[in-house]
Amino acid sequence: MSAPAEETQKYRDHEGPYFGSFGGRWMPESLVAALDEVERTFREAKADPAFIAEFQRLSRDYTGRPSLLTEVTRFAAEAGPARMFLKREDLNHTGSHKINNVLGQALLAQRMGKTRLIAETGAGQHGVATATAAALMGMECVVYMGSADTKRQALNVARMRLLGAEVVPVDHGAQTLKDAINEALRDWVASVENTHYLLGTVAGPHPFPEMVRWFHQIIGEEAREQILSMEGRLPDAVAACVGGGSNAMGLFHGFLDDPEVALYGFEAGGDGVETGRHASAITLGRSGVLHGARSYLMQDEDGQTVDSHSISAGLDYPSVGPEHAYLAETGRATYEPVTDAECMASFEMLCRTEGIIPAIESAHALAGAARLSRSWGEAGEGKIIIINLSGRGDKDVETAAEWFRLLPGQKNDPVAETDTAENGADGPSPAPETGVQA
Amino acid sequence: MSTTTAADKHPATSASKTARAIEAARSQGRAAFVGYLPAGYPDKATSIAAAIELARNGADVIEIGVPYSDPVMDGPVIQQATTEVLARGFRLPEVFEIVEAVVEATDAAVLVMTYYNLIDRMGAEEFASRLAAAGGAGAITPDLIPDEAGEWIAATDRHGLDRVFLTAPSSSPERVEKIVAASRGFVYGVSVMGVTGARDQVSDAAERVVAAAKSAGAERVCVGLGVSTRSHVEEIGRYADGVIVGTALVTALRDGGPSAVAALTAELTGAGASR
Repeated sequence: MSAPAEETQKYRDHEGPYFGSFGGRWMPESLVAALDEVERTFREAKADPAFIAEFQRLSRDYTGRPSLLTEVTRFAAEAGPARMFLKREDLNHTGSHKINNVLGQALLAQRMGKTRLIAETGAGQHGVATATAAALMGMECVVYMGSADTKRQALNVARMRLLGAEVVPVDHGAQTLKDAINEALRDWVASVENTHYLLGTVAGPHPFPEMVRWFHQIIGEEAREQILSMEGRLPDAVAACVGGGSNAMGLFHGFLDDPEVALYGFEAGGDGVETGRHASAITLGRSGVLHGARSYLMQDEDGQTVDSHSISAGLDYPSVGPEHAYLAETGRATYEPVTDAECMASFEMLCRTEGIIPAIESAHALAGAARLSRSWGEAGEGKIIIINLSGRGDKDVETAAEWFRLLPGQKNDPVAETDTAENGADGPSPAPETGVQA
Repeated sequence: MSTTTAADKHPATSASKTARAIEAARSQGRAAFVGYLPAGYPDKATSIAAAIELARNGADVIEIGVPYSDPVMDGPVIQQATTEVLARGFRLPEVFEIVEAVVEATDAAVLVMTYYNLIDRMGAEEFASRLAAAGGAGAITPDLIPDEAGEWIAATDRHGLDRVFLTAPSSSPERVEKIVAASRGFVYGVSVMGVTGARDQVSDAAERVVAAAKSAGAERVCVGLGVSTRSHVEEIGRYADGVIVGTALVTALRDGGPSAVAALTAELTGAGASR
């Protein structure tokens, strides 16, 4: 739909609605006027120094930007030959990168005179961030969350409620992120006059992919500056996990036009792509339209969406942002799946070697980067990988405890065997149902 | 992308089956009645029988809804019905078989209503070809706007199918023009900002939606979303060319089978006394 020829040189600041043959607005007509209003407001705001100043002030004084770039020597040494640096989005207020986009869109919502924010959430990180922004700005907030996810991320449900948001569990479909988006869209069609749909990733109809990227591009810009000042050179590769793809797009954006920097996106491989139980839409490579964008989509022969599977609620989405589809198609970025098992091994390794508990989403990026480092062999000595640590893992401790069987009374416990021997017999509390393996 | 086609310049009253059905109602001094039922609900045979009852009791146009995994424009009743159909292993070709059976048994114009990814996956050309071969009149595509419809417009042109786009209370005059120009058969006026589902009152936005489409040159505008009673039908029939009922009919089918669909359709169309 747009000519790709001139884009071989320049990927940065690519505007919608199309990214190559991907993107667009595959949406009910009822929402087009609202999307036009969002786009118009976004373009005006980007050009308004007062808006930029307010966004920067919030990013600094509320989020805590810039986030750190931390070299992880013990983790890197155990992983392979390369050096590794973590972009510490986990240290942002609310514990993930999601707050960047949320603050930006909440400001836009105010600018449009909207008084109510709605959002979808998978892991709960985006919902928590949206509830936070709504509390900060005195707006009403409703968060849609698949009921399977409300169970595996119960703590985040409580956080959102503490922040004054209404959390609506979505019981139909697969009861995960995609169904939460469907329900948020149904709400928005009926409420668009006073409501902004604060979409949490670089997916959805134009202008969301471009706009959400814009609010997150600070991640890549900071990382680029930080590595240049620390090491005097660009990294050899940057790595991020990809569900919808917002943290990855934010990091990639800083390096898109540095051809010497390889870009790696790691999708949720679940039980393995060959099992069909995964969330690796790009790896599968079937184009389709869902939730307003043409992109890669997990679908059956008839075009029905196939349920995705991942230990990580935040990556459990059957499609991906259209700009990632474009970067994959053009070869600028490489996308690979990481299984639940690989992810959890890296999750544990970062905890043990660095004293940092990552979000399970981000642990996919750690595992992918470790694999990349190993794949380089001796040639990897001295190479640098920047990994986006997109969120902290407090919300995932229960899931990890179940995975590693760390709780009292879990007798098959390979990690805490001595504990079990000593305490297991009289351990009073059985492991809680987390639904992780369900 | 050009949305102006030969068919728009020569309003295809004769080529468009849907237009013919609506014009026939108009010549009887009434608005057309458009009834929606989901394909394969609760099973294939019953869904065919129910659609035939629609036509026997006064429906001029029949919409066969294609079950889809992510129906963002549908409320709980239709969602629940189509989810059940998918859960029993429904496959897309069944739609064409149902359309063919209903076309054979009735005089109604039979359209499918489908979310676009189902067309996209099969390929617009293949979908249009199979729909035309089944005798279908065309398709309503609730999540497709003319801006993205290049392939679908070309395919429906090649196969002489109607393509119905939606216009909403929120649509700007420029968009209404684009929608009217791209549509064939009729334009679907969304009566209210919301999803499908029975409502107590018809929104007063509906009349404005129809007027906007007419002033943009639409020859036939049918109104849907929330229509569930005879008085709604009469009210909308005063200013629109057709009245679309979905959820109320699906509820009737769910609770009382094809005979309940027959009774409700007769009541809604006012055909109960005369036919």
